[in-house]
Amino acid sequence: MGEYAVEMLHITKRFPGIVANDDITLQLKKGEIHALLGENGAGKSTLMSVLFGLYQAEEGEIRKDGKKVEIKNPNDANALGIGMVHQHFKLVECFSVLDNIILGAEPVQGGFLKKDEARKKVMELSNRYHLQIDPDAKVENITVGMQQRTEILKMLYRDNEILIFDEPTAVLTVQEIEELMQIMKGLAKEGKSILFISHKLNEIMEVSDHCTVLRKGKYVGTVETKDTTPEKLSAMMVGRNVSFKVEKKPAEPGDVVLDVKDMTVAGQNKKDAVQDVSFQVRKGEIVCITGIDGNGQTELVYGLSGLEPLKSGSIHMNGKDITKASVRERSTSGMSHIPEDRHKHGLVLDYSLEDNLVLQRYFEPQFTSKAGLMKRKEIREYSDRLIEEYDIRSGQGSSTIVRSMSGGNQQKAIIAREIDKNPDLLIAVQPTRGVDIGAIESIHRQLIEQRDAGKAVLLVSLELDEVMDVPDRILVMYEGRLVGEFKPDEVTVEELGLYMTGAKKQEV
Amino acid sequence: MNTKNEKKRFLEIGGVQTVIASLICIILGLLVGYIVLLCINPAGAWDAMTSILKNFLYFPRPEVALEYFGSTLAKTAPLLMCTLSILFAYKVGLFNIGASGQYAVGAGLALYLALAYQMPWYVCMIAAMIGGGLLGGIAGILKAYLNVNEVIAGIMLNWISLYSVNMLLTNVKESSTTYTMALKTNSPDALIPSLGLDKLFSDNRYVTIAIPLAVIIAILVWVVMSKTKLGYELKATGLNKNAAKYAGMKEKRNMILTMAIAGCLAGLGAAFLYLSGIEQWSCAQTAVPAMGFNGIAAAFLGGLNPIGSIFSAFFIQHITSGGSYVDKMVYCAQISDLISAIIIYFCGFVLFFKYCMNRKAKK
Repeated sequence: MGEYAVEMLHITKRFPGIVANDDITLQLKKGEIHALLGENGAGKSTLMSVLFGLYQAEEGEIRKDGKKVEIKNPNDANALGIGMVHQHFKLVECFSVLDNIILGAEPVQGGFLKKDEARKKVMELSNRYHLQIDPDAKVENITVGMQQRTEILKMLYRDNEILIFDEPTAVLTVQEIEELMQIMKGLAKEGKSILFISHKLNEIMEVSDHCTVLRKGKYVGTVETKDTTPEKLSAMMVGRNVSFKVEKKPAEPGDVVLDVKDMTVAGQNKKDAVQDVSFQVRKGEIVCITGIDGNGQTELVYGLSGLEPLKSGSIHMNGKDITKASVRERSTSGMSHIPEDRHKHGLVLDYSLEDNLVLQRYFEPQFTSKAGLMKRKEIREYSDRLIEEYDIRSGQGSSTIVRSMSGGNQQKAIIAREIDKNPDLLIAVQPTRGVDIGAIESIHRQLIEQRDAGKAVLLVSLELDEVMDVPDRILVMYEGRLVGEFKPDEVTVEELGLYMTGAKKQEV
Repeated sequence: MNTKNEKKRFLEIGGVQTVIASLICIILGLLVGYIVLLCINPAGAWDAMTSILKNFLYFPRPEVALEYFGSTLAKTAPLLMCTLSILFAYKVGLFNIGASGQYAVGAGLALYLALAYQMPWYVCMIAAMIGGGLLGGIAGILKAYLNVNEVIAGIMLNWISLYSVNMLLTNVKESSTTYTMALKTNSPDALIPSLGLDKLFSDNRYVTIAIPLAVIIAILVWVVMSKTKLGYELKATGLNKNAAKYAGMKEKRNMILTMAIAGCLAGLGAAFLYLSGIEQWSCAQTAVPAMGFNGIAAAFLGGLNPIGSIFSAFFIQHITSGGSYVDKMVYCAQISDLISAIIIYFCGFVLFFKYCMNRKAKK
């Protein structure tokens, strides 16, 4: 028995055109929380997939309790007590919480489920680790936080000793994150070993004992968290010093570009998702719409971009009424849209990078001949230029299938495409979601450059750091209405929180 | 080590994989078909299998063989059109199981205009295209605006079209049989011209310009899919209709257009067959034409590639025709259809074998 629960020694894993993991070593002590830090595409997910048996490493070995083991598939990992909470939960939506927890490990007798026994075990675990759940609620009806607790209970129910959390806080609210941190600490105290994948430095500083940093597939080092600072960690991760504070000049707002009046957009249910919203965005300013997820921001953007029709109200862009204009008309008359969900809307994942880079302009004469043939040579040249200018990294350049690219580089591709269109109005929805610190910095810089170049920028974001640092004006949305307007330097995060949760309201 | 790497890379090329997977499917189909024949009557199994594979080569005299080769080609042309119909829709993420119905409507309109109004062949052909296109369009509209699954709509429309066509063509059928009147005697202008092609196949008058036309259309489909703006839009819609909508494409129009084009192709296929005079429509038939379904197998066997389809359609027509030469003294009459069906069934597994190869290559 060694002191390490799991050791991954000198792991190397190659994919066509790229070495995803290059001689990486990671040693997880019993009962510790070990953070794995790295930019998108640094090889974190690949390394975890190797540990979880989804990929086989070409070189290196994995040891469990000091003994060499072979992990060929997730079942092997499970048998060794390794469990994983994926970034995107793997739950059956129409099953109850309890059914989801026991799924695949149901106690049976003569072909019949022994649900009472399962329920007892689940509730015991729930109490012991303070993981509040409602075992009979259907997953589709519970909060994201409870879905995550369900995932954690799934691992505990299988008596897993090594718990992998893949970017668990990406989808949580501030309160839920705090709660999760406590849960993780509790689990470690009970002797579980935790691998925590993240690129949020404050979270790593708060919970982890050790932190291993990867950069571009290579091992940078492992440090004791108490001996380090966020600045040192980010320098290790990015390979240079990163400024956290966004540098910008005061805004010089000009003419009104976007003018929204009494906009109402229908929602999924009977209630309208957006109700009587009015606001303006001027040239040379960044306006941020914030609020807790699900308060109508998504639908607001759908209404602006033409993906959903308005129920009532009007939208003017540069003085022109575009209320009834099609998506294409809005786009060609100067609107760019970085969508919230890059996989759903932003990209055709099975298209090549070049085909995705012209997704908004393929019909222009420079890319399509009069006869309707695509001008492949021009498309390739255009794509190569964007890749170079916006530093989009991929295995095979323009011809890379976008699905195989890392999330951060997919996002860079979208941003390159939308900014290069040279829009009058740039709508950026959650532009830094799931993107690492180095890239966040560059995205923020690009937004501000657009502003300084006299564009109108509408940012929609849930990230409080972003909301406080980037925009010139903040609008808070709550239950489909705008409930507050602020200047970033005249409001605190706590104050914003009160508006976001509906505790306070202004007339806007 | 080096050669091994190169070998692996060779196996990872999409086209190579498709060809290998297609060959595996064919061999497996033949093997299972042979086993079935052995089970029924071991004595004639080998002969039966070779006659299926030989098809027109069954005839020892070369000029006769050539003539029957022509007939197989004449039937390959319509099958190729159905294959292209399925493939075109499939590339856009739609499954055109309604190809049979579109084919039936094409046959109905072509024959009716030919026999009732003595229209020339090109008018009949265009009518068949439009008819098939409209029917395909209906499935497309249902899918785009009411989210009705195109497979369900397609199957329903297949039966509606079959019986409508039976009803329509009863007006132009021979009085003593259930078949439509022969074009040669009743409407010679409606026969597709051969332009001398028949001479190449021992004066087989069923060999018409439909055959080169089908090949040209296959190449056209390939160009549209891989080189044009339309193809770019349609494929994007098929792969991610939300992204297509976000990019300002008219994703609903694209879906309808796709189904309509697919319908045109199938309808035209019917015109290729019936306007060559090789077959007459039986107004008493109670099953939708098999062409549409064989097209599914041919599309997959051809690796979902329009050029590959030319070869796969020929192969499937080859064994379907070859089935009729199985000795009926040894086996019952249905055996030929059964064996070709087994082989065609295995032809659908191309994607499966490709998937297996990819998994192996990855490890």
